[in-house]
Amino acid sequence: MNYDAIVIGAGMSGLAAGIRLAMFDKKVVILEKHSIPGGLNSYYQRRNFQKGGIRQFDVGLHALTNFIKKGEKAKPFSKLLKQLRLSYDDFKLCPQTYSKILFPGVELKFSNDFELLLSEVSEKFPKEMDQFLSLVEKVKGFNELDLSLGYQSSREVLKSMISDELLIEMLLCPLLIYGSAWEDDMDFAQFVIMFKSLYFEGFSRPQGGVRTIISLMMKKIEELGGEIRFKSPVNSILTRNGRSIGVNVGGEEIFAPVILSSIGYPETCRITPELAEKVSPRVGAMTFLESIFVFDKKIMPSQNDSTIIFYNNQKKYNYRPAAHYFDDSSAVVCFPDNYEIQNQEGEGTVRVTYMANYDQWRNLERVDYDQKKEEVGSSALSLVKKLSPGFDGELLFQDIFSPLTIERYTWHLNGTVYGSIDKTRDGSTPVSGLFIIGTDQGFLGIVGAILSGISLANLHGLMGAEG
Amino acid sequence: MTAANVRQIVIDIISDIAPDEDVTNLDDKISLREQLDLDSMDFLDIVMELRKRHRVEVPQEDYPKLATLESCVTYLSPKFA
Repeated sequence: MNYDAIVIGAGMSGLAAGIRLAMFDKKVVILEKHSIPGGLNSYYQRRNFQKGGIRQFDVGLHALTNFIKKGEKAKPFSKLLKQLRLSYDDFKLCPQTYSKILFPGVELKFSNDFELLLSEVSEKFPKEMDQFLSLVEKVKGFNELDLSLGYQSSREVLKSMISDELLIEMLLCPLLIYGSAWEDDMDFAQFVIMFKSLYFEGFSRPQGGVRTIISLMMKKIEELGGEIRFKSPVNSILTRNGRSIGVNVGGEEIFAPVILSSIGYPETCRITPELAEKVSPRVGAMTFLESIFVFDKKIMPSQNDSTIIFYNNQKKYNYRPAAHYFDDSSAVVCFPDNYEIQNQEGEGTVRVTYMANYDQWRNLERVDYDQKKEEVGSSALSLVKKLSPGFDGELLFQDIFSPLTIERYTWHLNGTVYGSIDKTRDGSTPVSGLFIIGTDQGFLGIVGAILSGISLANLHGLMGAEG
Repeated sequence: MTAANVRQIVIDIISDIAPDEDVTNLDDKISLREQLDLDSMDFLDIVMELRKRHRVEVPQEDYPKLATLESCVTYLSPKFA
């Protein structure tokens, strides 16, 4: 079977690439190992017949970054809408109330209006305000999309501009945990992307969660006649004389001049012997645990009205694998009910993310694994109560997923969420015709992944095809 | 095909790929990018739509010839002849 292009993985980047190719009548197939789409941003359901029946959960989505208001132009989200020919209203975006970075004795609030963060910094770090404004100007003027940039440490840049280390730690905290594959630091170009996505533009959540985004993209592909095969693991990428020619999927060989792989750079090497001879991108170390709690009622605005709390109980922010299974000295706590506070009826949900240690979880015996998960749950639950003083909801349900869960359902080696620490910024690999899209191209979050799929499909599937 | 027809073809494509843009009062001599929120990705879409709808090919080196409505008409008219 011959195609114009093969896309490996039906996550955000793969679906977006598939839409672009199908839109202009390319014969494209998306091959997905799992039985459902979404990749790192998928969904699942859990049954609990005693208490409430079947509940639907998102796997990854705390927040959709890069919020824009309807009609705003020249922003990443508006580019995505135009390129995929989707309408703003279809996403049913509910903006955040505000979020906060909470360190001992000081907090910084931010929202979808950058003025809030400016006034918070000026109030809490008055001596640093001028330096912070110069940082803002530097971020504004920086061309983070220049694919020729080399690695530059964000910490070094920040230290050269801001003297109060606490402010540096606080600014870095959300940006690191919402996207850095590197420990304790990130590439400055990534910092700029994240700074714009989180602080300039902000958070929202589609009504219905990640399913809303996925079903919009699935519907689009169907309308355009694109093909998706589920439960279709690619066993190997076929190459000849330094170029890719096709894939072996479940024993069947299919051929295409262009292959876009969204499964990760090290993961792609694993199934492409000729690529593995030439490069060895390293597997990242950052992986996480997520606890999801469902209560019989929602947390009241008087108890906590913020959408996301980036919590850290010491002055230094440690972004690295937990020393001992999980690190509860910091957390991201997401209150999905606090997007655009609606009615106060119904069940309440809270999600807590901790940094984890993959190797230790890997080596646990089954019985210890379950017990360790319980420890995570009770630690996370007490944090939720601490951050929502006065809340007395009854816990109806809890679910915890570990680095092993992530690895089992996404096939990302070591359960990494932000992928390899060796990105290929332009998506190219030493095997011609084979390109990396998604997380390991280094544009982060759902919006970044979608734009990555779009831009590489454009460059190599549409423009390349003309020459 | 008249110049007015070619101009309308380009405008129809732009209003499909950028539905939020107002294309009613465009100045033919001023670059489209200055008047509308169009980036290089959008120009690729104009080219792809010309091919898909009208079987007109615009090679990559000729993309700059689509800068204004006037230059679009000059460049594309022979291709529609």
